[in-house]
Amino acid sequence: MQKFDPNSIRVEEPGKEYSFVTVLGRDQKGIVAKISTLLFQHNINIEDIAQKVMHGHFVMIMMVDFKDSPSDLEDVKTGLEKIGKEMNLDIQIQHEALFKSMHRI
Amino acid sequence: MTVSVNEVFETARMTLYQNFNIRTTTLGINLKDCIHSDFSRFLKQVYDRIKPAAESLVREAKKLEILYGVPIINKRVAVTPVSLIMETHAEPEKFLEMARTLDQAARDGGIDYLGGFGALVQKGATKSDAVLMESLPEVLSKTERVCGFLNLGSTVAGMNLDAVIALGQILKEVAEKSGNGIGCAKFVAFVNAPEDNPFMAGAFHGIGEPDFSINVGISGPGVVRDVVAANKTCDLTALSEVIKRTTFKITRAGELIGRELARRLAVPFGIVDISLASTTAAGDSVAAVLEAMGLERVGAHGSTMALALLMDAVKKGGAMASTNVGGLSGTFIPVSEDDRMTAAALEGALSLDKLEALTAVCSVGMDMFAVPGDTPPEKISAIIADELAIGVINNKTTAVRIIIIPGAKPGDLVDYGGLLGRVPVMAVNRFSSADFIRRGGRMPSSVTSMRN
Repeated sequence: MQKFDPNSIRVEEPGKEYSFVTVLGRDQKGIVAKISTLLFQHNINIEDIAQKVMHGHFVMIMMVDFKDSPSDLEDVKTGLEKIGKEMNLDIQIQHEALFKSMHRI
Repeated sequence: MTVSVNEVFETARMTLYQNFNIRTTTLGINLKDCIHSDFSRFLKQVYDRIKPAAESLVREAKKLEILYGVPIINKRVAVTPVSLIMETHAEPEKFLEMARTLDQAARDGGIDYLGGFGALVQKGATKSDAVLMESLPEVLSKTERVCGFLNLGSTVAGMNLDAVIALGQILKEVAEKSGNGIGCAKFVAFVNAPEDNPFMAGAFHGIGEPDFSINVGISGPGVVRDVVAANKTCDLTALSEVIKRTTFKITRAGELIGRELARRLAVPFGIVDISLASTTAAGDSVAAVLEAMGLERVGAHGSTMALALLMDAVKKGGAMASTNVGGLSGTFIPVSEDDRMTAAALEGALSLDKLEALTAVCSVGMDMFAVPGDTPPEKISAIIADELAIGVINNKTTAVRIIIIPGAKPGDLVDYGGLLGRVPVMAVNRFSSADFIRRGGRMPSSVTSMRN
């Protein structure tokens, strides 16, 4: 019989680990400033930024490495959602593996 | 960038605006080795097996929701069919005690529903199966989170009509004992029941399964509806292609999250169930997909073909995306949990007869529909028998989750709230089939089962 041992739950492998912060909504001053400040507070490194207008939406994405972050990802998410609320934007953070599995064969 | 802006945008838009989610992660748990001659020790072993496993499931699933930014709507547990583990304790009061233990373990483990309080009686019932069936009215009305099932037939065994007759009476008692019929919502009658179905109320951990397994249900119809609505005039071949592409993507997300969850829990990954399952959230409706295809209301002529096309495309996209497609992998069109189905039933667009017809193609059953409380038990059995015959003969799973509402008349709308939604009461055929149903016995297996 296999036992349920909470300690057997495996941890992530070392190296970089990417997530993407997505910002959807209306372009305005301070978006990058506010988000990058929050990410810096959580010791998350921004590796790349891109933005464009798609189907009438302003879209900005940030590729971030959260491997060195000591924070709980939930706190980062809550912080981003707070900024989103203040600036009337939809902000999400999602792991790179999700996009790769959904869009690549 | 390792991923393009378009790819990120598409996925982010799905989660934000199209109800993209993982519908269910269900942990299957073997209870066979918990069996003990000392009944109180048996109960303790069952509780101790389920509660920590459920807690781990909920905790790790929540972490993955944050990591991937994709909601995991349901976290549930399915166990070995209870009649099987109770063979040496086949007494009604012990079944109730076992159900209470399962209920408590589910509650303490933080899960809303636990499946598996059922039996496989497709060819006949053991004493334990019979006592379990007798205990269903008490169990479904006195526990909160325990779900029951019976497998009443299969393509190779035929159908156990004696058990179907008994079930008509049992469901009437369930309805009466639980007041407004709500207990009926926690029970599913099957033929060809899959052993790895992650969806409640019919989930159980089959006897061919390992000690644990993680089974996943993919996102609901909201995402598919949006792509269908965005392609208003294309022909059916092109429509099938866009549905297929979308389903590929949502199934891949299900597979990714299921595998990661299984890895973290250190249990085997079972299957991805590619069923489309509606919720009461606006737009998250299979019927809305069919209506977006061009039907004024679901139930209109053309609905059966539209559903066949939809699910064929879903299966093709899903099969390409996952090596481990399993479970039901059809579609749910619950009358109450899908707001467009509810509307169609209330407006007279959808009858019980059409609901049954839809299950002949890709639907897995007549789900969450209500009938008046004064419907005779033989008629309940006949409704169930008709639906199950479709599954036996066509070598597919079919199921019935029928709500019998005491005091209700056709056209009434009963609000259960939350996950279960509003249930419109539908009219049943007024002519009797009681003499036919009372014949009992076993419908022989189908000639289509002779394949060796």
